[in-house]
Order: sequence, then structure tokens, then C-alpha cells
Amino acid sequence: MGVVQKVPVYLEKIPGGGLITTSLDAVLNWSRASSLWYLLFGTACCAIEGLMCTGASRYDYDRFGMIFRASPRQADLMIVAGTITNKMAKRVKILYEQMSEPKYVIAMGGCAIRGGPFYYDCYSVLRGVDLVIPVDVYVPGCPPRPESILEGCLKLQQKIKKQKVSDWSKTEKFIPEPK
Amino acid sequence: MMVDSPDRPEPLTGDRNLETEEFVVNMGPQHPSTHGVCRLILTMDGEVIKKVVPDIGFLHRSIEKIAENRTYHQFMIYTDRIDYVSSMNANHAWCVAVEKLAGIEVPERAEYLRVIMAELNRIASHLVFLASFAIDLGAVTPFLYAFRERERIVDLFEMTCGQRLTYNYMRIGGVSKDVPKDFVSETKKFCSYLYPRVDEYEAILTENPIFLGRTKGIGLLDLPTAINYSVSGPPLRGSGLKWDIRKDEPYSAYEKFDFDIPTGENGDTWDRYKVRIEEMRQSARIVEQALEGLPEGGIKAKVPARFRPPQGEAFARIEAPRGEMAYFIVSDGSTKPYRVKIRTASFCNLQALPVMARGWKIADIVAIFGSLDIILPEVDR
Ligand code: SF4
Repeated sequence: MGVVQKVPVYLEKIPGGGLITTSLDAVLNWSRASSLWYLLFGTACCAIEGLMCTGASRYDYDRFGMIFRASPRQADLMIVAGTITNKMAKRVKILYEQMSEPKYVIAMGGCAIRGGPFYYDCYSVLRGVDLVIPVDVYVPGCPPRPESILEGCLKLQQKIKKQKVSDWSKTEKFIPEPK
Repeated sequence: MMVDSPDRPEPLTGDRNLETEEFVVNMGPQHPSTHGVCRLILTMDGEVIKKVVPDIGFLHRSIEKIAENRTYHQFMIYTDRIDYVSSMNANHAWCVAVEKLAGIEVPERAEYLRVIMAELNRIASHLVFLASFAIDLGAVTPFLYAFRERERIVDLFEMTCGQRLTYNYMRIGGVSKDVPKDFVSETKKFCSYLYPRVDEYEAILTENPIFLGRTKGIGLLDLPTAINYSVSGPPLRGSGLKWDIRKDEPYSAYEKFDFDIPTGENGDTWDRYKVRIEEMRQSARIVEQALEGLPEGGIKAKVPARFRPPQGEAFARIEAPRGEMAYFIVSDGSTKPYRVKIRTASFCNLQALPVMARGWKIADIVAIFGSLDIILPEVDR
């Protein structure tokens, strides 16, 4: 991604660089949205539906260009499938930080959204994974059907397709190399 | 070959012992071979495992505490989430325990339906085991095959109770709804479809030299150790003991059916795999018999919504796919239990892991851990 990260730096110097940005946006976002590699990270019940059933032949993530990766370094997408406890929260954050930019998160199931069935009378469950990492798409259900998690992935693809390369330079995460 | 260099110490010769240094490897909590989170702290001597310490509690959801704040009916949904791969069996255990506490008679049809669902779920659970075990050992095809069959079982469940994973089908005193009209014929079709499929898995795995190399003779668990660690379920039967609560302490309608209990001989990883494969066939046999003899009649005993069992305590156990699952309930006569203790098979089976894994290579621990078929919410609860 070295060239791509430098693009906004060059573009700012070229008057009328907007035209190039648009087409570059289209290409980059298209390639990104159609090859979301997800991290194989399931904590509880939702992992069976969200990662195993949906990954198997009937629902098949592969149709959307999604392949599982065992290492966070190679993954673009983290599907938080299952309950996150207070003990696990710190590890989830570390896993998220280990993923390389750009990265996206889908919170799957009631537990990842707001604690699910463990919201009341429970002393050990984190009430929502968005308290530790930013979430892009929420998929409700306990567990959500494979169809709804696929719908969530399509929603994420739509979101990615609307992103702009020129916006990257404005986010804190992006630090252009001085030239 | 040693390269000669001046900084290198003299090669050790003669009867001097080779000094090696132990080091610690951390496996997990996020690890692709589990669909839960468990951390194993391995002390290694080169490739060889010296010591394994499982670090659990990453999925502790305080279910036992929640039980004290829910009515007996409400707690049913939490039992689903203790053992999500076989929710029907977890439901069943809770029902049996509460019915024992309050002395509720369950209609015969409900008992039969429970047995059918529990056995179908046992097959589904063993299929998940097969899928994840094979994928841990590097065989991807059985994963796709196993999930193909599992989807058909899930369809049957969905037809009955509308859920795909956390069924919440059973109720105290019976089941929530009767099965739809074509359930019986569809299930019969499924059973006859399953037998050749199980043969197919066996053709791929059982005598496969690579599979044999990874499993035969690996992770031995001898019978006295298994009993001392209160291991139950397929790992215990794999070590050679014919112990199955369905036969030895029949609950529900199990005494009416004819089935065998498969056992292994050596207590190695392969035996535990083979026991599960054989259990799938036996479960299908039970389902077929139960469908044949499915009696007519009511599906639920009358249990009030504000159900108050008498003061006292009850302990009931059942044979879940992973082993013995038991509930111990203390009731103070109110609508909520005073205390619930859940005995889960995975927790006890996991304790045997340090004994089984000692002395094996690091690659074997994935196979040994997989063959125990641990479900992490069952360990942490
Ligand atoms: S949302 Fe429901 S199914 Fe998913 S992890 Fe939580 S309890 Fe389990």
C-alpha cells in the first residue's frame, strides 16, 4: 500500500487532482470490498453460526470474496462473534490493534452489541464490544441467521464503496511520509 | 552438523548430560482451533511438551449466578447457551432436574420427542466435532461434508421450533410444541441418508495413513487416570469403559430403545474419534426406533406459570454428547432457585489434558485438545 498512501500527498500538489481521486477511489474500494478477509475469531455460540455454518458450503462466504485468516496481521475484517467478557476485552483490543489498516469490525449477535441475554444480573460480561473497539456494522440476533450476517457483510461492502482516498489524510491514523 | 566457530562451546561428548533449557509458549486465547477462547500455557523442552496449564475463564458468563435471579422457566434459555452445540441436551438436563425436584410426570409423547431431539442433536454435535477436528489436522474436505449433513438436522429443528442453534425447545413438564406433520417422514429420510454418509467419512479419515499418523497412539489416556479425573463421555468410553448414563441410569424413555455403546481399546486420540463416529450410527438407530414407536397424546404436563417447586434439593444427570451433564438445584420454595450448580463434562475432561499431553510434540496438542471436544462456555459457564 506504499504508493496508495502517498497518493493524497501528491494529489494535493496537483491542481484538479480530484478527477484522478474519483477513479482511484472506485478501483481501490472495489478491490477492498470484494476481498474482505476475516479473522477467525469466535468466542461463543455465534461462532458456530457466523463463522462455521456461514463459512461452509450452504451459505458460503467465498461468494463475497471472504476467506478466513488465522492471523490478525492478514485480516481486514473482524467479526466479533460471541460474548466478550471483561477478561477477554483486553485481548480483543490487542487483536484489533494487530490488524493492519484499513480494518473493519462487525459486531455479531446480541452479546457483541450490548451484552445480549447477559445484560442483567451478570458481573462478568462486557456490555457491548463497541466499548473497546470501533464497530462498523451491527447484526442483531441471538444468534443471527447466516442470511443476516451475510446481509451485514453486504452493508459493510456498501460502506467501504463510499469511502474516499482523499479522506484518509484527514484521519489521525494516516500519517503521510514527509517528502 | 555443528559449525566450528571459536565462540561455540566444545561439543558435549561422553556421558555428560546435554543441558537443555525449558521455555514457555503461549497458545491462545485467540486460536483458530477452538470456537471458544482458552489459553494454554505450554512449558516446552524443544518440541516436547513438559507441562500444560490451561488458563480458563475467558468466557465466564456467570450463568450460575444468573440462575438465582430467574424463574425456573426463564432459566431455560441460559441452558441453551451453556452447551450451544447440543442445546437440546442441555435443555433436557435442566428439565430432568427440575422435574425430579417437583415430581412432575411427563407425558410419554413428550419423552419420545425429547429423545428424538436429543439424539439428533448428538449427531449434529459430533458432526461439529468431526468438522473442527479434521480441519485442525489439516483435512478441509470433511468440514464441508459434515456441515452439509448438519444443515439437514438444523432444518429439522428449524421446522419444529424455529431456531437454528439455541433451540429452547423443551419445557418443564414436556416440550413447547408438537412436531409438524412431515417431521416424521423427513427425519426417517434423514436417518437413511446419514448411514452412507458416515461410511463416507470413515472412508476419508479412519484408515487414512496421514490421519492415522496424527492420531493413532497419540495422547494416551488410560482408564484409571480417566476415572480419577472424572472424565466422562466419549473420552472415557475411548479408554475402554462401557459407561453411558443412557444405559446405566436411564432417564426419559431411553430404557425402551435398543442401542450399543461403542468403546475404544487404547484410549488414544483415534479411539475417541472412532467412538464418536460409531455413536452417530447408534443415535440414528435410536431416532429411528423412537419415530416408529412415537405414541399419541399430550406433549406437556400442566405446570403453572408461577411454578413453585417444594423446598429441597435435586440432582439429575444426563449423557450429553461431551459426557455427563448434571444440574444440582437447591430450592427454597419460591419461584426462583436458591442455588444451581452445573456440572459440565468439558470442565472435567479439560483437567485430564495436562496428563494426556505431557511428553507429546506441540503439533499433537492440537489433535489431543480437539479429540476432547471441549466447548468453552461449558468449561467457564
Ligand atoms: S448473542 Fe446469543 S447466540 Fe450469540 S453469543 Fe450471545 S448468547 Fe450466544
